[in-house]
Amino acid sequence: MSTRAYVYSVYQWLNVKIFAIPGRVIALLFFAFLFIVPFITANKYLIYTLSMTCIFAIFATSWDFLSGYCGQINLGHGVFFAVGGYIASMLSAHFHLSPWLTISIGSLIAAIAGLIVTLPALRLRGFYLSLVTLSFPIISHGIVLAFADYTGGEVGLYGVSPLTTSGTTSYYIIVLIMLFSVFFMYKFTDLESKFIRVGIIIYAIREDEITARASGINTTRYKFLVFFISSFFAGIAGALYAHTITVVGPSTLEVMFSFQPILWTIFGSIGTIYGPVAGVFLLYPFMEFLQIWGATEHIRYIIFALMLICFMLFMPEGVTIWVRDKIEVTCQRCKKINIMTRSYCRICNGPLHLRKEESEDL
Amino acid sequence: MIEMIIINGAVMGGVISILATGFSLVFGVAKILNLAYTAFYMVASFLLYIMIIMYKLPLSLSFVTSIIITAILAMASYKICLDRIKEHESAVLIITVALTILFQEILILFFSAINRTIPPLVGGSSEILGVAILNQQIFCVVVSIGIIAIIWLFLSKTKMGNAIMAVAEDREVANLMGINVSRMCMITVGISGVLAGLAAVVVAPLQMIQPYMWMYPLVSVLCAVILGGLGNIKGGIVGAYILGFTEACVVFLFPKFSFLRGAVSLSIMLIILLIRPEGLFGIIFEEERL
Repeated sequence: MSTRAYVYSVYQWLNVKIFAIPGRVIALLFFAFLFIVPFITANKYLIYTLSMTCIFAIFATSWDFLSGYCGQINLGHGVFFAVGGYIASMLSAHFHLSPWLTISIGSLIAAIAGLIVTLPALRLRGFYLSLVTLSFPIISHGIVLAFADYTGGEVGLYGVSPLTTSGTTSYYIIVLIMLFSVFFMYKFTDLESKFIRVGIIIYAIREDEITARASGINTTRYKFLVFFISSFFAGIAGALYAHTITVVGPSTLEVMFSFQPILWTIFGSIGTIYGPVAGVFLLYPFMEFLQIWGATEHIRYIIFALMLICFMLFMPEGVTIWVRDKIEVTCQRCKKINIMTRSYCRICNGPLHLRKEESEDL
Repeated sequence: MIEMIIINGAVMGGVISILATGFSLVFGVAKILNLAYTAFYMVASFLLYIMIIMYKLPLSLSFVTSIIITAILAMASYKICLDRIKEHESAVLIITVALTILFQEILILFFSAINRTIPPLVGGSSEILGVAILNQQIFCVVVSIGIIAIIWLFLSKTKMGNAIMAVAEDREVANLMGINVSRMCMITVGISGVLAGLAAVVVAPLQMIQPYMWMYPLVSVLCAVILGGLGNIKGGIVGAYILGFTEACVVFLFPKFSFLRGAVSLSIMLIILLIRPEGLFGIIFEEERL
């Protein structure tokens, strides 16, 4: 193939797969924005805030993968984050290992903790599961305080080495890990994928576990898999967090800390993978900027709570789904996504904006 | 030692059982997992503090007023925030969390996060079997048992109680039988508010009042409700007393490890759920067992 034909085919692929769908254009612009931020500004605080936002985006996405997609509502997701953070910081502070090693070991041990949590989760469902998982951070909090010599107790564990010496390099590493994690989870839960069938199986487990078992799906195995992946990414987020703020304390095991990914995810739309990323990137920097503008901590949280209540009353399905329904329309005939402004589908040329009785005829 | 464990376990279990009853009622009838429930208990305690210490109102008047205001607050937050988005479970979950944050931060803003105490409704102490016990503790145990009895009589003997149970059983059929479902939900939320206020009245004089006091009871209530089986009021009460006595045992037998009391009671809940996944009194269909 000549170079020109190759470039043309790439251009055509971009045209069909990305530029035709407004949601993907927004995602592309967002990624581009993340990469050029250090060129626009040298403000260290802004870079630091964005690094923390990326870390929490991994955390919230891993919650969404487990709870939004697989329906295993986990109210104690902070425990995986804390295991990742504590293991990484213990290895870093006591044994002075390099951050790469501590992050991989920390996230693997968090994933093993996820497998242990799955054991009671296998026999429970619904609210039972959520409230049992809520107990894990509290039990771990007791353990952390009981072994204060190794974990630092109430004060936390100091002496963790930073990721790299330069803030900008750390920022790029975190952004890349965030993009990879989110893309991996997005692809893994893709319902239309021809190569990975896990997405649709997880979806089936969420919708009706009994029917999924009756259809010959080994739900036990898939629940282990989902918990493993979700807690692995939560552990990565925790280890990155420990290396970014260079201290990890028992605050990561508080009830409120485990509620945070839930707030972000449901604000951004549950069960979408891109929803939690949007939720974190809207809410976390907003809270930080309120602090810069001079609001005290309590005023900030009051504004946060009022904003959450107002948004959820008017967009109960979350912000991204609300926006998506405003800019995208799905073709009734071929189920492809089109931009809202088109009147005929770009693939099958069928009419897009049908009245209800017309779409029933189709 | 054993007497202290019994009396403290009974106090703790009594309070959690009142809160667990209110929580199960709202969960069963209005189908809302109300994580803001113990925040109402905290608000009621602060109302008591405002009326007794700041405005020097008589005790009985301030107790009644705080219970009524708590019930109105519970109904108002249900009507404004939760009623219209009840179908979206996830939205309900975070709105209740947001309400909790809102109450907590408003209280911190006005009262700051320091510990406060209020005088007990019944003062003094009496000696039973050679152990000095605060009269408020006895009052707490007696009132909690009395409240449970009244709620049970209300639900099983009165017409409105039967209507509430019918809505909890089956919404559509209850609607067809001429029961006003949305009004029953409102009444249930109001009753749960009254119960939260009562719990505050009996236990607030025995402990510190501060804006984070919702968190620990929330975990205990959820734990008790799960232990007994969700939506089962009797199970919730039994679970509450199991938790109360466990915590009292940990605190008095191993005073050095009293910070582990939450962890120990939650571990007991985990073990029980591993043996009986539906809770002690929950019902599950055998073919739906996972």
